[in-house]
Amino acid sequence: MSDAASPLPRILEVRTKILKKNDEIARAMRGRFEAQGVVVVNIVSSPGTGKTAFLEETLARLHARGIPVAAVVGDLETDNDARRLARSGVPVRQIMTHGLCHLEAEMVQAHLDGWDLSGLHYLFIENVGNLVCPTSWDLGESVRLAMLSVTEGEDKPLKYPGLFNTADLVAITKIDLASACEFDRDLAVANLEVVRPGIRVLETSAKTGQGIDEWLMELDGRRLRGR
Amino acid sequence: MHELSIATSIVEIAAGHVLEAGGGRVLAVIVRVGRLASVHEGALRSAFDVAIADTPLAGSELRVVAVPVRIFCRSCAGERELAGIGSLACPTCGTVSGDIRAGTELELESIELEPPDTSTIGAATTGPVEIATP
Repeated sequence: MSDAASPLPRILEVRTKILKKNDEIARAMRGRFEAQGVVVVNIVSSPGTGKTAFLEETLARLHARGIPVAAVVGDLETDNDARRLARSGVPVRQIMTHGLCHLEAEMVQAHLDGWDLSGLHYLFIENVGNLVCPTSWDLGESVRLAMLSVTEGEDKPLKYPGLFNTADLVAITKIDLASACEFDRDLAVANLEVVRPGIRVLETSAKTGQGIDEWLMELDGRRLRGR
Repeated sequence: MHELSIATSIVEIAAGHVLEAGGGRVLAVIVRVGRLASVHEGALRSAFDVAIADTPLAGSELRVVAVPVRIFCRSCAGERELAGIGSLACPTCGTVSGDIRAGTELELESIELEPPDTSTIGAATTGPVEIATP
């Protein structure tokens, strides 16, 4: 029935970002955060890097200094991390993703609903432990902090360049275990440099407290600079 | 499996454009995926097949244009395409550059619709559409 020379398909030019909806929500949230003067930190790493321990130490120190902070934490299941973080005395909310491997702007927005953020200095978002999926989801953050523990190996940035390339700051965690793991710090920094040139790298241990003050100073500087 | 979230977004955006264009059977959806976007093409394809069920895109094909990373190298004063994503070093001179010009995109480029059937011009196009098996 069809002609030998079949007519050409009709082409609809779209040229739209696939995550447009997420980007729009994130942009609106960023505008609100900026207007309220809240620095928002999106923490990304693989599972087991020590995001929660790092955040526990961060929240406890900021709270002790009387600095108003809050946190939301994403996990596939359980509110274990939220309960752990709440022990620091700051407001914490758990986002249970029920299988989803990353947080999306809409989920963060829904969990911030009814929360008065004005007056907060910092809001921390602990993403789901994953070095791939969170890459393209903007959560309206001012700072994306990527983490890498000494137990994971120096080549993590080379294995997951997509995510490390979106980071504003990197924290190497569990630095107290560096010598036991024969961790080559210079190699790790060099590997970060080729996937994210010029990135600032902090060496930290939530256990000994090493590097945490430096991290808090970095946060303070960013808050004063407005991001 | 963040590819399912991406596929769902593709379907939502594409269905909106098809509806706006007056409907029609969708043959293919063309997306551009940068190599730094952390998206696996096979996983995206599988997710797309799941996401299009019972939508105006049912039966359509996903075409993925993989976009290599391009950096601007200051030493060479020019754009350079990279073979991989494990290093942002210029393939010509070795200088590392954070000035990425391409390779992070996640875009819906275009949609291919079945050409209008001249024998039924004037007929409603919004009714049930027969889906041909590939």
